[in-house]
Amino acid sequence: MNDLYLIYKNMTRKPLRLFLTCFAIFIAFLIYGAVTTLKSAMDSGIDLAADNRLMVVNRINFTVPLPIAYFRKVAAMDGVKNVTHANWFGGYYQDPKKQLVVMAVDPESYLRVYPEVVVDPQQKQAWLRDRQGMLVGEKLAKLYGWKIGDKIPVSSNIFSHKDGGHTWDFVIDGIFTGNTEQYDTGYMVFHYKYFQETQTFGGDNIGWLVLTTEDPSLNEQVAKKIDETFANSAFETDTSTEKAFSKAFIEQVGNIGLIIFGVVFMAFFTILVVVGNTMALAVRERTGEIAVLKTLGFSSPRIFKMVLGESLLIALIGGLAGLGAAHLLIEGAKAAMAQFLPNLVMGGDIVAQAVGFMLLLGLVTGLLPAFNALRLNIVTAFNRGGA
Amino acid sequence: MSEEVLFQLKGVSKSFVKGKEEISIFDDLDMTINRGEFLAIMGPSGSGKTTLLNMLGGVDQPTGGEIWFNGERIDRFKESQLTRWRAHNIGFIFQFYNLMPMLNAARNVELPLLLTNLSKAQRRANVETALTLVGLNDRAKHMPSEMSGGQQQRVAIARAIVSDPQLILCDEPTGDLDRKTADEILEMLQLLNQDHGKTIVMVTHDPAAASYAKKTVHLDKGKFVQREVAA
Ligand SMILES: Nc1ncnc2c1ncn2[C@@H]1O[C@H](COP(=O)(O)OP(=O)(O)OP(=O)(O)O)[C@@H](O)[C@H]1O
Ligand SMILES: [Mg+2]
Repeated sequence: MNDLYLIYKNMTRKPLRLFLTCFAIFIAFLIYGAVTTLKSAMDSGIDLAADNRLMVVNRINFTVPLPIAYFRKVAAMDGVKNVTHANWFGGYYQDPKKQLVVMAVDPESYLRVYPEVVVDPQQKQAWLRDRQGMLVGEKLAKLYGWKIGDKIPVSSNIFSHKDGGHTWDFVIDGIFTGNTEQYDTGYMVFHYKYFQETQTFGGDNIGWLVLTTEDPSLNEQVAKKIDETFANSAFETDTSTEKAFSKAFIEQVGNIGLIIFGVVFMAFFTILVVVGNTMALAVRERTGEIAVLKTLGFSSPRIFKMVLGESLLIALIGGLAGLGAAHLLIEGAKAAMAQFLPNLVMGGDIVAQAVGFMLLLGLVTGLLPAFNALRLNIVTAFNRGGA
Repeated sequence: MSEEVLFQLKGVSKSFVKGKEEISIFDDLDMTINRGEFLAIMGPSGSGKTTLLNMLGGVDQPTGGEIWFNGERIDRFKESQLTRWRAHNIGFIFQFYNLMPMLNAARNVELPLLLTNLSKAQRRANVETALTLVGLNDRAKHMPSEMSGGQQQRVAIARAIVSDPQLILCDEPTGDLDRKTADEILEMLQLLNQDHGKTIVMVTHDPAAASYAKKTVHLDKGKFVQREVAA
């Protein structure tokens, strides 16, 4: 027998109460783990955006195309380092339910604008030469078991061939990785020329432009210049930094996140009060026993530690179980959410933060009862009829 | 038995402040307790028996005067010192047994040993010895709720002696028991005093209980009113 055994015995003497307390904490950390993981996945898009990269989209909204002529015009502007353009292709592989992230791009400039995309030089050359070539992200290639040289048919629910077909054939020329682990490689790109020649509508339009400036300090100036140049034309533009763009894109989701955060915070607070009250009650019920322990010669600091240890243990049991459940939930939802939230993983920082909150919860709820136990006077406790 | 002094109270006073009033329980109390004594303290309710016992046990401190134990002045001890001193020197037996309800008999007895640095095996041996002495070794695994009052008090006695303290303090140890069970408990205390050399101070209302002691003192209005030695 040791102090831990005493803590355990104290903790489990009312199993139903222990269960309910742990369950409340479990739910709190289940929600906390799931929501923070979701939020961090949403935020990572913003964090990964380059500082000097601008997006030029149609002012109406980003799904409305722009004329290809803008590509040359923007390239010629002062302060612009590199420009590329892209079209959303979408599509699916074999099964309409297996939606893919596919874009038609200008290959050379695309790789210049996105240094995050890392390709073996030989594969890169092969892709640049091959009009029907596809450059596939490692994540996608792994998901479908694709290898270099594979011929893959990609069907579109937006575009069709001149002959009415919906399926395009591609050859995988290269598989790219990200320059950092966080960079999401769950997409693929192919030649704009191939896309252009086979589509029936869309003409010479591009979806959007992406450019890098000579220096982030020029961002504002360049963006202003672009939007001014095309103002009052049939295709007005809206230029923003990639960060701002990603942010705007997820803002709606973000607002929901804020609401969820509010709910979680309130739930947390409620649980704090409930658990704190339960702990205080549990210790008050044991006034007589604590007085006996002190009489036998258990020191006040030692009893303080035992009470605090109990509340910490309860917080950790409920909290870790909840976090584990959140992890399972996230892992289960990962595949389904991969398209929208590629970085849906419960990172070490989230786990560390959650454990920090558990310890905080344990401390806050245990501190007052522990302090009362510390100060408990033997004579008064016995006089109160505690024993 | 030699007349070696274990406890000495010199001019001890004790008062409580209740609101604006100061209630004096003792004023200038002198007392000597010798090693190997079995002392019964009697007196009317509210005369200060428990308060005196608490001061002897170091759970309460006098307002004035000196309390000497084995040449040490314990009324000057800080709380942490007193706590350690209690663990080493005193065994407590309460009226309502005060066992931990969530621990079985053996673990209740083991409790004071958590304050020593005995090995696991030594602790187990001590627990077994103490339980055997009170005749409850076969109940080691029983929970307090599964035992009678007399059995619980015997576990409490085992707990009080397991770390081999010099002094055992009992506050109404038989106050909650019937005559027959009370006699068993008192015989056990007598045995501890006679065969194991424990010094025992027992507070009681019951003259029959006091008759087991070697010596009885009567406390009234903060003074010892008469002393008698049991036949
Ligand atoms: N913490 C305290 N605060 C105020 N008064 C106290 C306190 N403890 C004891 N007293 C008072 O001191 C007096 C002596 O109390 P004590 O408990 O020592 O009596 P007792 O002789 O043990 O009585 P009983 O036989 O009823 O147990 C009582 O009048 C009691 O009300
Ligand atoms: Mg009393």
